[in-house]
Amino acid sequence: FSFFNISPVQWLVQVGASAGKALPQRVKIVEVGPRDGLQNEKTLVPTEVKIHLIDMLSEAGLPVIEATSFVSPEWVPQMADQVEVMKGINRRPGVSYPVLTPNLKGFQAAVKAGAAEVAIFGAASELFSKKNINCSVDESLQRFEEVTKAAKEAGVRVRGYVSCVLGCPYEGQVSPDKVAQVAKRLYSMGCYEISLGDTIGVGTPGGMAELLEAVSREVPVDALAVHCHDTYGQALANILIALQMGISVVDSSVAGLGGCPYAQGASGNVATEDVVYMLHGLGIQTGVDLPKLMDAGAFICRSLNRKTSSKVAQATCKL
Amino acid sequence: MGNVPTSVKHCLSYEQLIQDYPWLGSRLQEEKCTLTREYPEYVKMIEVGPRDGLQNEKEMVPTRVKIQLINMLSETGLPVIEATSFVSLKWVPQMADHTEVLQAIHRSSHARYPVLTPNMHGFQDAVAAGATEVAVFGSASETFSQKNIYCSIDASMLRFEEVICTAKQQQIPVRGYVSCALGCPYEGPIEPTKVAEVVKRLYELGCYEVSLGDTIGVGTPGSMAKMLHYVMEEVPSSALAVHCHDTYGQALANILTALQMGICAVDSSVAGLGGCPYAQGSSGNVSTEDVLYMLHGMGIKTGVDLSKVIEAGDFICKALNRKTNSKVAQARSKSS
Repeated sequence: FSFFNISPVQWLVQVGASAGKALPQRVKIVEVGPRDGLQNEKTLVPTEVKIHLIDMLSEAGLPVIEATSFVSPEWVPQMADQVEVMKGINRRPGVSYPVLTPNLKGFQAAVKAGAAEVAIFGAASELFSKKNINCSVDESLQRFEEVTKAAKEAGVRVRGYVSCVLGCPYEGQVSPDKVAQVAKRLYSMGCYEISLGDTIGVGTPGGMAELLEAVSREVPVDALAVHCHDTYGQALANILIALQMGISVVDSSVAGLGGCPYAQGASGNVATEDVVYMLHGLGIQTGVDLPKLMDAGAFICRSLNRKTSSKVAQATCKL
Repeated sequence: MGNVPTSVKHCLSYEQLIQDYPWLGSRLQEEKCTLTREYPEYVKMIEVGPRDGLQNEKEMVPTRVKIQLINMLSETGLPVIEATSFVSLKWVPQMADHTEVLQAIHRSSHARYPVLTPNMHGFQDAVAAGATEVAVFGSASETFSQKNIYCSIDASMLRFEEVICTAKQQQIPVRGYVSCALGCPYEGPIEPTKVAEVVKRLYELGCYEVSLGDTIGVGTPGSMAKMLHYVMEEVPSSALAVHCHDTYGQALANILTALQMGICAVDSSVAGLGGCPYAQGSSGNVSTEDVLYMLHGMGIKTGVDLSKVIEAGDFICKALNRKTNSKVAQARSKSS
């Protein structure tokens, strides 16, 4: 028996077993690589590469893949080919392809391009909101209400994001109650799910537990997701705590695409491969085929001419 | 009856408890789900960078660099710093300067400086060089033991018994290591009961603490919890430490799991020194900086100054001409 002869998946099946903690049996992974990931990469990729990446991710069994962003190309040139991408991808039945829509205009363009699900992006920090989208948190929520109203009429689902939930690059500490208020408003507006983003990756398990305690008093835990950044290496520990507190939706990015815009050269999004490795090791189902996921990661890293940020991918290639 | 005391819960296995007190079932389920968990107030950090780290780096560093590294680490408040290894230079040339290093370092009164001693010969050399604490290295995997130290687990235990008995007479504490606690590069998965057996043997021979090593970093919180469950049935948590590798990015999650189960001693390596010899180019040891960041963020005391550890990490990475493996160090150097 040589370790080198078995695939990582077989290995995990043999080793993994839940310790009997109250963990979810199934976790939904929301793959943000093609949007959040690529948007924060230095190198721009051609449209056909984006389309191929999304198709490979669909094949890997991911249930939700954030495809692109209907933000003005003036602000986010990397997502300028939004319509082409939406029209070019091979949509797998049962898989959702949400797109970002910052306002009504973006929403309308998204629906026209065939989007069946959209996402809106709020912040728990006033300064961050001003610097990022040029308006206060309240003003942004008013804008989003227009989107959720229109989405309801059009029968389109809306996912809400709250950024800076465990810290802000400008304000520093962020109050869990403030996060809870913003999450509650997004939920009451009609968002079916709220993703809590540790935008600068400063959170640790204690802060995560405190945050989730506060937010789950306002929004049911089934409607919450965590979007952890790995800038300080804390992502998997934070995700584990979230799972222990009943969260069963996790955002991540293939190959850990998407650096941190607030710490040049530091890592940002947590790598999907590393999250899946942990979940499968815990006996939690995800529906994801890890080897196929790693293929998608290898593909996009070749196209970006960069090394993967996933430790699982690094280790597996070297064995 | 009020809440089941934590000490009782830790002594009995969950299954046994439910069997004896069926009515406890739902209450314990609830308590497992509570939002606040008990964590140790203090975690002892065991810094293995100068030995485990440097031993597994491609570049060799001059003796004076090792000495300076250890001196910088002593300044950080780290309570235990593994200084060097008294293994034959034939096998580990990187540690050939063991006597010089041990004799030249400035020993802080707040820290201890264990050294590896695989057998009596190494032990005697270590004591002659001034060692006041030693460590022995066993394995939970027969094949790994054969390939790594050229003897069976049983034979290695006989060797260690010699060292530990002699050390006891000289009042020198001995730390035990068990490698492959969560998986072996040759055998694959390792039965937790086998790990528990080896740990128990080292503890009963006289090791004051046994460090459980996830040698190839394949463990996840599930396998960590299962292994600790079996080990803690044989050895108290106060005599255990975890030595997690970050090869698959699982180290911090595994350490968190260990803390939740009552472990309060953690091995780590400054700047994440020490790659994985079984996956060329992959990471090995977890970074001390990243562990400290997590512990301090959780309000757990360590007595260690994180910024001074980052400085020590910067120093050794420059000397090795390599980038740090610590995400905290990377983020701190890159943010404005």
